[in-house]
Amino acid sequence: MDNIAPNSVTRMMLNVLYALIPGIIAYVIFFGWGIVLNIFVAVVTAIVTEAFMLKLRNRPIKPFIMDGSAVVTAILLALALPSLAPWWLTFIGVSFAIIIGKHLYGGLGYNPFNPAMIGYALLLISFPLEMTIWLQPDNSLSFAQNLNYVLHSNLNNIDIDTMTMATTLDTVKTQSGLGQSITQIQSNYPVIFGQFAGKGWEWINLMFLLGGLWLLYRRVISWQIPTAFLISIATMSLIFYSSTDTSPIYHLFGGATMLCAFFIATDPVTASTTPNGRLIYAAGIGIFAYIIRMWGGYPDGIAFGVLLMNMAAPTIDYYTRPKAFGES
Amino acid sequence: MSSYNFIQKAVSHFNGGLKLAGHKEQSMQSGIEAALIPEELIVPLQQHIGKAAKPIVNVGDKVLKGQCIAKIETDSNSEEISVVTANIHAPSSGEIIAIEMHPLPSAITQSTKCIVIKTDGQDLWVDNLSPVSNPLELNKEELKNIIHKAGIVGLGGAGFPTHLKLVQEKPLDTLIINAAECEPYITCDAILIKEQAAKIIQGIQFILHALNIQKCLIGIEDNKPEAINALASALQNKAVDNIQIIQVPTRYPAGGEKQLIKTLTGKEIAIHSIPRDIGLVCHNVATAYAVAVAILEGKPLIERVVTVTGDNLKRSTNMQVLVGTSMSTILNACGYKESTTDEIIMGGPMMGFHLDSSDYPVIKTTNCVLVKNKKSKVEPLPCIRCGECARVCPANLLPQQLYWYVRAKDFDRVQDYQVFSCIECGCCDYVCPSHIPLVQFYRHAKTEIWTKEDEKIKSDHARQRHENRQFRLERKKKEDAERKAKKKALLQKKQGIDTSEQDSKKSAIEEALNRVKAKQTTVAKNTTNLTEEQQRQIREVDRRREDKIRQEKVLNKKEDNDNG
Repeated sequence: MDNIAPNSVTRMMLNVLYALIPGIIAYVIFFGWGIVLNIFVAVVTAIVTEAFMLKLRNRPIKPFIMDGSAVVTAILLALALPSLAPWWLTFIGVSFAIIIGKHLYGGLGYNPFNPAMIGYALLLISFPLEMTIWLQPDNSLSFAQNLNYVLHSNLNNIDIDTMTMATTLDTVKTQSGLGQSITQIQSNYPVIFGQFAGKGWEWINLMFLLGGLWLLYRRVISWQIPTAFLISIATMSLIFYSSTDTSPIYHLFGGATMLCAFFIATDPVTASTTPNGRLIYAAGIGIFAYIIRMWGGYPDGIAFGVLLMNMAAPTIDYYTRPKAFGES
Repeated sequence: MSSYNFIQKAVSHFNGGLKLAGHKEQSMQSGIEAALIPEELIVPLQQHIGKAAKPIVNVGDKVLKGQCIAKIETDSNSEEISVVTANIHAPSSGEIIAIEMHPLPSAITQSTKCIVIKTDGQDLWVDNLSPVSNPLELNKEELKNIIHKAGIVGLGGAGFPTHLKLVQEKPLDTLIINAAECEPYITCDAILIKEQAAKIIQGIQFILHALNIQKCLIGIEDNKPEAINALASALQNKAVDNIQIIQVPTRYPAGGEKQLIKTLTGKEIAIHSIPRDIGLVCHNVATAYAVAVAILEGKPLIERVVTVTGDNLKRSTNMQVLVGTSMSTILNACGYKESTTDEIIMGGPMMGFHLDSSDYPVIKTTNCVLVKNKKSKVEPLPCIRCGECARVCPANLLPQQLYWYVRAKDFDRVQDYQVFSCIECGCCDYVCPSHIPLVQFYRHAKTEIWTKEDEKIKSDHARQRHENRQFRLERKKKEDAERKAKKKALLQKKQGIDTSEQDSKKSAIEEALNRVKAKQTTVAKNTTNLTEEQQRQIREVDRRREDKIRQEKVLNKKEDNDNG
């Protein structure tokens, strides 16, 4: 039984995939089948581009495809996209993530930036319109309608504007920018607010939290990154809590907070690797994410927070080396 | 167990480590059994750290069991202490049929000269065994001498000559007995304690006596209740109260010297320090037993308990094996059939030596012969910096960062990241999801750094010699020129003869002659033909001096690094 390796990259990646399942189910319940179609397109794209790049680079294809890292990148990126996304959007994002974000830097283990977030940042900057078309969280589209949109970017003669809206984070940002207080926004846009955070989003975040706790229990990720990230988001939103901003709970369970805390910021390759470094790294993402959410040009700043801290990770590691046994 | 008040819980713990499946039950089923005397014993002359012993017997000689067959002769007592070596004795009676090179399963050396004995089956002891009936009345020099003569070395694995660890260079206060036995499969210490606890306690008392200290802590993993009980009842029977048993949590590598000391005392041995620096000295439990046997029975170290266990054996057991017995002999006794799908490991699965066959002799430091099915080789993937290795590292290193720097051949960084604190326990290898053989990289780095230091010292030395030579040549040139100038002046002055001048000239000439003479005699020392023996001595001295310079430089370098 010792002959079976107790740990492997594949096992880690598989665990990450299992842990994403509850969140994906919640996603489907509130936003329909679109997200599943996006995941499908993303995974196929990832496997094909990964195999293509491995062949170009004369690397063995099977062990690297089997490690599962490309699939994880694809699914994380798909989860960050609107559920109504044309196939080419997903395709461009994922292939850019795998080719430029990962393989041009040397493949698994060598990429300085989180590939999924590189793909997301590219799409957000290049296709702001497509990236901000969000369905109302009421799961009103059929599978066929979703499929039609993915393939043809239309909804069979239904006016897309009647089905979509800005996300909760986006609405709050725009409206509070116009000087509205939170209570006013809440009464004007009742459909986007749930029990304690954005409608739908609160449940998706709860499910990602659940999956994340399971990853912690399975020791696939370490506690430092999620803890420091969540504390940093909570602290920032507490410090700047005002009548035009929502509560810390809303920030913790809004947008991609939990997905980032347990699945994105914890990408080991691009994160800091020392215990203390991970605390600093994740706290930094939280601070940047909050700043961009509140005062930046984009509704959710997590992708940029992650990329900014990716740049700082090697330096953080250098200054946070733990003392060796017996070192004074 | 808790009824004994001298069994205590550990006061501290070390970071990292692994909970591993023990696999210890199978070899603990039966007691220690005596292995058969093989027809041939291959006894290596170097089973210890230090210098190989020199044979004092010749091919064709008949030897008796326990007879000293190799040692380094020393003239004075003072030198005896400084030579790191251990005596070798005949494990059974018979005839010396060869003294030849054999490969050795050890970190100390890869191959060494071995004395091959064809046993006669009589197993006759030498007749001058001198057991001591009143050991605690002997003075410590006498005790140390007996231990030295008996060729006892650390039986935990390192094989450092035991008598050299019985000196009081620095004030000591506590003896640590390492009975942790943390590697999976190995049970030779546990079973020895179970069967010989009383003698082990006696051995500990002798060591305490030789060190002139009182306090002793025995560190033992809590997965050995039988051994713990045996020790406790032995302590109770003897009414000894200065020896304490400390149960440490079963967590590999709890038996690492620095890790055990941290667990038992809460003290952390500083980098580049040894336990002695903080008043501690550490001996293995089996060593304490060997000390007791040597003193109470007068018998030298010629056999030891070896765990024979693993896959594809009919049975697993512990055997009392004569040093020099081939591993294949004891494996066959356990019903093992050699197979190409197996590998033989001397020691445990984590730190043991993987052998290419079972044709190696058991030596003083062989604690276990383990057979494992060969693992199917997994191609390593790139490091994904998951940090699992850092989490389990008992030396608090960052194995993943070290790995990157070793691969980049950035050896300064490798030293900054304290590669020399790595105890090569293999925890990082074990948990690595990319299956990278990390420890191999650190071993490689250590060797590279040592080689580089060596080269640097050599080149420094050569440069220094060259500069010295240049200096001598130039000085000679200058002196020659001066002498010539003086001569010239003298000749010129001779033309206008003056008696008083002549006198002073005479004395000046005499003086010059004397100087030259004196110089010639000093120069002569270096230039006269030396005998072979003298040249060898000079080479020896030079080599020792170089060694010392090198060590100092390495230390200085490390200190610099620490400071930086």
